Amino acid sequence: MELLVSSAIGILTAAGLYLVLRLRTFPVIVGTALLTYAVNVFLFASGGLTTGAPPILRDGVETYADPLPQALVLTAIVISFGMTAVVVVIALGAYLGAGEDRMNDTRPRVDPARGEPGE
Amino acid sequence: MTHWIVAPVILPALLAAFMVLATRGNPTVQRTLSVAGAVALVAIAAGLAWQAGGGTVTVYLLGDWAAPFGIVLVADRLSTFMVLLASVLALPVLLYAIGSGWDLKGRHFHALFHFQLMGITGAFLTGDLFNLFVFFEVLLIASYGLVVHSGGAIRLKAGVQYVVFNLLGSTLFLFALGTIYAEAGSLNMADLAGRVAGIEGDGTAAIRVAAVLLLLVFAVKAALVPVHFWLPAAYAEAPGPVAALFAIMTKVGAYAIIRVYTLVFPPELEATAGLHGTWLLPLALVSTALGMLGVLAARRLDRLVAFAVIGSMGMVLTSVALLTQEGVAAALYYIAHSTLATAALFLLVDVVEERRGGHGVRIEGAPSFAGGPLVAGMFFAGAIAMTGLPPLSGFLGKLLILDAAVASPLAPWIWAVILGSSLVAVLGFARAGSTVFWKSREVDMPDTPDTEQDDAVPAHLQRAGPAPRALPMVAVGTLLALLVALTVFAGPVTAHMRATAAQLFAPEPYISAVMSAQGKELDSHGDEYEGDVAATEGGSAESSGGSGEGY
Repeated sequence: MELLVSSAIGILTAAGLYLVLRLRTFPVIVGTALLTYAVNVFLFASGGLTTGAPPILRDGVETYADPLPQALVLTAIVISFGMTAVVVVIALGAYLGAGEDRMNDTRPRVDPARGEPGE
Repeated sequence: MTHWIVAPVILPALLAAFMVLATRGNPTVQRTLSVAGAVALVAIAAGLAWQAGGGTVTVYLLGDWAAPFGIVLVADRLSTFMVLLASVLALPVLLYAIGSGWDLKGRHFHALFHFQLMGITGAFLTGDLFNLFVFFEVLLIASYGLVVHSGGAIRLKAGVQYVVFNLLGSTLFLFALGTIYAEAGSLNMADLAGRVAGIEGDGTAAIRVAAVLLLLVFAVKAALVPVHFWLPAAYAEAPGPVAALFAIMTKVGAYAIIRVYTLVFPPELEATAGLHGTWLLPLALVSTALGMLGVLAARRLDRLVAFAVIGSMGMVLTSVALLTQEGVAAALYYIAHSTLATAALFLLVDVVEERRGGHGVRIEGAPSFAGGPLVAGMFFAGAIAMTGLPPLSGFLGKLLILDAAVASPLAPWIWAVILGSSLVAVLGFARAGSTVFWKSREVDMPDTPDTEQDDAVPAHLQRAGPAPRALPMVAVGTLLALLVALTVFAGPVTAHMRATAAQLFAPEPYISAVMSAQGKELDSHGDEYEGDVAATEGGSAESSGGSGEGY
């Protein structure tokens, strides 16, 4: 199970990083989403991997799942969800305002090959 | 237990929510509430700073849960000083936003402004690493709204870059927190201080990785050189008052580095030894040099000030990276100085942009504008402070940093970079100031014959707007007056900074204050939980280490 979870985190991170390095907004946003999934699984695993154990601490219980990473990951999911929503809205605003969604240039420029982008 | 510690977080949060829900479309009420809130925040922050000035560490247990389980807020000298600095910055910036009308150019400026303050004060006060992450997110999400305030294609585009860069920073922060939790089994900073020191063997490698990741995250916030790319565009394109408020945001990163690398990963810790000397110090020196070169190279005033921010953050982190009492004390003085100076300069750039019509903030000759001498004089004062010329506080700050660096093995490098980059910054500001303010009349001459046919004059040659209004200039004047006060009262201020640094390098009272704070009894709410108190306390002590063992 450790191998499965850790390779899943690795693949998600690698795919996310690759997408984040793209030049257009949409792949970059998908990349950040993949990275947040990767980090959520990573946080989830940070308390150790257990199956079938309750997330409760009580006296005399030997096997339990660490409840704190579950609370942490819940917070992280909510935050990353909100952040993704915000970045989508801002990126849409930028795309509709500038007519293009390049990541690498803050000055709007006219691309003669592409002409006026359709709205 | 005093509840005042939580007030700097609760007050802006409630105020902002109230303004969104109840005062929509009523700018007068919003402005009144917003200013009242900012004034109250200054008063509360001053009270907290005065209370912590004697060296007491006050701990506030949120929800009354005892320390390693619940989240704590801690008011010591460092956190109260940073909260005071943030609130003192916020009030003039808010007045400027109201006076210049920026707050009405988009919706919800005041609500976002107070949410931002909530995030900043929370990040300073919290004693828990995960809570620090949450407050980082609060201040970031408010800042996303503020960066794109009043919209516009260029601003939105800069906003996207800023948001994506910070999203990546947040992801990295979570990876670091996960690693720390997996190794140490806690995220409470005071608790971690003891646990991290006790980790031996294989665990030290993971702790070192986590320490490097955290340093990287805080370096992103502090705009240290290899990860500074988000700053110039975001700060230059953001509305003037927003950029001025952001002057404190980079300092949040510096604060986090100071806090974590004195408390959790202290310089004598073997696992992370040498991190600050090997990595932080050289990178901070490169930041200083690159930032000030950017000042010289900038072709727009807003970019110039943004690069000055990078340079001054390099200066702050150089001093922090020494990780000595003198170094941190000097860094804290320089943090106060550079926050106020950059805020004043960003506001002045906004004044200039508004007055110069089509010329905007480009560093080129333009027709003189009404109120020009006043603005020029203020810019001159701000530039003197920023570049570190006598008699203003920048000079004293640099002197303190140079003095603290004497004992370092890299002292010749530090002296050379700081003095050299100061010269470059003086050149950059002198060139920009003289072009913008003094060459104005030369360009004005060929422009005069055209004045009878004003319509025919192209937009970029048109005479600019009316004289500056009173309130914005008062706000900028307040910031400059604070700089003067920082210079005049440098004695008491540096004495306080030295006491702050001494408290940071003797963390025992901090740790014992947090760990010994009595919360509610841990089993008082468990209905089906029938263990006796003594057994539960034993069990909880076990379970607090249990996550580390279970791993």
